[in-house]
Amino acid sequence: MSANGYLQIGLYFVVLIALAKPLGAYMARIYENEPAVLNRFCAPFERLIYRLCGVDPSKETGWIEYTVALLVFNLLGGLAVYGLQRLQVNLPFNPAGMAAVSPDSSFNTAISFVTNTNWQGYGGESTMSYLTQMVALGVQNFVSAATGMAVVIALIRAFARQTVQTIGNFWVDMTRTVLYILLPLSLAFALVLVSQGVVQTFSAYPAVPLVESIEYDNPKLDAAGQPIKDEKGNPVTEKATQKDQVIAVGPAASQIAIKQLGTNGGGFFNANSAHPFENPTPLSNFLEVLAILLIPGALCYTFGRMVGDTRQGWAILATMTIVLVSLLAVCLWAEQQGNPLLAKLGVDQATTASQSGANMEGKEVRFGIANSVLWATTTTAASNGSVNAMHDSFTPLGGLVPMWLIQLGEVIFGGVGSGLYGMLMFVVVAVFIAGLMIGRTPEYLGKKIESFEIKMASIAVLVPLFTALLGTAIALMVDAGNAGVANPGAHGFSEILYAFSSASGNNGSAFAGLSANTPFYNTALGIVMFFARYWIIVPVLALAGSVVTKKKVPAGAGTLPTHNLLFVFWLIGVVIVIGALTFFPALALGPIVEQLVLNAN
Amino acid sequence: MLAQFRPALVMLIVMTTLTGAIYPAAVTGIAQMLFPRQANGSLIEKDGKAVGSALIGQAFSNPKNFWSRPSATSPYANNASASSGSNLGPLNPALTDAVAGRINALRDADPGNVAPVPVDLVTASASGLDPHISPAAAEYQVNRVAKARNVDAAVVRNLVAEHTESRQWGFLGEPRVNVLQLNLALDAMTAK
Repeated sequence: MSANGYLQIGLYFVVLIALAKPLGAYMARIYENEPAVLNRFCAPFERLIYRLCGVDPSKETGWIEYTVALLVFNLLGGLAVYGLQRLQVNLPFNPAGMAAVSPDSSFNTAISFVTNTNWQGYGGESTMSYLTQMVALGVQNFVSAATGMAVVIALIRAFARQTVQTIGNFWVDMTRTVLYILLPLSLAFALVLVSQGVVQTFSAYPAVPLVESIEYDNPKLDAAGQPIKDEKGNPVTEKATQKDQVIAVGPAASQIAIKQLGTNGGGFFNANSAHPFENPTPLSNFLEVLAILLIPGALCYTFGRMVGDTRQGWAILATMTIVLVSLLAVCLWAEQQGNPLLAKLGVDQATTASQSGANMEGKEVRFGIANSVLWATTTTAASNGSVNAMHDSFTPLGGLVPMWLIQLGEVIFGGVGSGLYGMLMFVVVAVFIAGLMIGRTPEYLGKKIESFEIKMASIAVLVPLFTALLGTAIALMVDAGNAGVANPGAHGFSEILYAFSSASGNNGSAFAGLSANTPFYNTALGIVMFFARYWIIVPVLALAGSVVTKKKVPAGAGTLPTHNLLFVFWLIGVVIVIGALTFFPALALGPIVEQLVLNAN
Repeated sequence: MLAQFRPALVMLIVMTTLTGAIYPAAVTGIAQMLFPRQANGSLIEKDGKAVGSALIGQAFSNPKNFWSRPSATSPYANNASASSGSNLGPLNPALTDAVAGRINALRDADPGNVAPVPVDLVTASASGLDPHISPAAAEYQVNRVAKARNVDAAVVRNLVAEHTESRQWGFLGEPRVNVLQLNLALDAMTAK
């Protein structure tokens, strides 16, 4: 890779870490209800929202009421997304005349967007009306992100307070997250994106004449819109000529801003942020990839500040950064090797001043290798799942890295809120194991970690591992699961493993060759996304409800420090060991065997 | 549970209005005012008519034009209403077959050119709409285009240099050449 590539990646991490403190401190002020810059503008709206909802903002609740509020709100949100997709053909803002989305795809997409996964079985520009994009998907981009942030703030309060019952008010946390954090950031970011060339319009798709018309074989369709096949099962085609190019546009910038900031990742267009209208320039790319980790990184500082010891926040951020940078280096190296099979054909894959070179299948020229790999690793470290290159076409080892980052439990930065609460569950497990080893009562931030906390943390850590492997196993055993595979051999297995890992991590990226818009995958992945979201959120909030009642024990000689480098590496060890032990056998059957075959060539 | 139903329903309606209607409408309004060209798709106009988008690649196969990157969109290349990559794995024989076919097409159009082919010119882009090729991929095609258009290679090379975008702010992204704009410029030059 060129020196310039290292410069871009280095600058990325400098900016990311530098922004953690100012944004993290701002968010802490918002959640502790301290005066903030936007108060004068937002406070009247805030009061109006509480009045409309019949909510008393000064009244905090215990964990059960907090959880019920969250679940009811998410349930209604899911029903709305489902309904809007099914009815879009009868609703306005549908200039391309999109038909109603199928029941199984609507089910999948509803769960996908409510759980902040944003797995997409459909192609945006060929499926969703502008209304569905904005009112169904765009809204969930905001509120599913705010849901994750509300949960982590409730958990942080539990560690910050002592001997009380209440962890906050869900409606207040939801409202303040959207009004003071997500909406202002998105508004500014969306306009910067438009300046770079991201589209933002309600007009219909314009058509332009092609310079050279294209002759192609068009598959013949029957009355039901299904391709007609001959006796041998090959699709029947007819010669056709395309003389113009119909260019999909739409209100994209507003959606892309929040999709990046809220670790949603659901693209306006099918190709996601590889599409030139979704990510037109290197600058838009830098900002979009920065937005992926911006809030998850800053929340670490928010955490440290709210528990009264910023060193605790920095330790978590250091843990995340060390794992990410290490795996990024592996992925970079793998992609930079290029594809030896293409070299044999007389393809020039060298990196020179006039080309990025290396493995360019499924990558865009303006991004090259460095920016494609940076995006692939950050989007899977965080549970964002947007892409600017096609992970399915990465080298085997290069594709293993994003997959494994998801499988680590989406705690290396992770989703907004969900990454930090997931990591704090690993911290609970880590102090427990360390406590057993040194013979002390495990405690974290002065709170005793007892049997109930360990049970809840274990559920939160283990559920996504369980759904990922079980889902993959079921898909491999049924014809409907194997039917979706696009690539032969070990790579086909990787596609299925990636899909269920992605759903289990609420990530949403894919080895996109897999035909996942089928009743089997829509249903199976929908169920997995549901469990992997709420079977973590409920135990996390239960743990918060238990921790908040405990007294804080002052640190003594026997207290395990949780802010130093030793603990950082201990925590890394626990995360890696759980992720490696669970997934190594599966990874060996997929990307690892594929890399060995490639090396043998 | 029922006690939370009213706040949940009203909150969903409020958030839908705020983030699903007011927010995109506000962004659209401001964007159309400040950046109308970009917000509407960066269309290239010639004599008042749109002839393409500066951000959306088109497919070329005539030797007198620079060729874009291969596109895996369906049912025809560079379908701007259905963006997509090939999603072919590195070991998939379909990938090596496709690349071999593209190399043959390039060599058939330019007999005598035996230089190794720059990788971006024979691999499908992620979006299927990549408007750019690398400067190396442009240089590979200069002699062919010059011969087919009956102009001096140095003239074509100059035009390529004019249409080469360097890294943004000197260090972001990769150097690149916009194929559609380059071909339109070639046509304009030859027409003179």
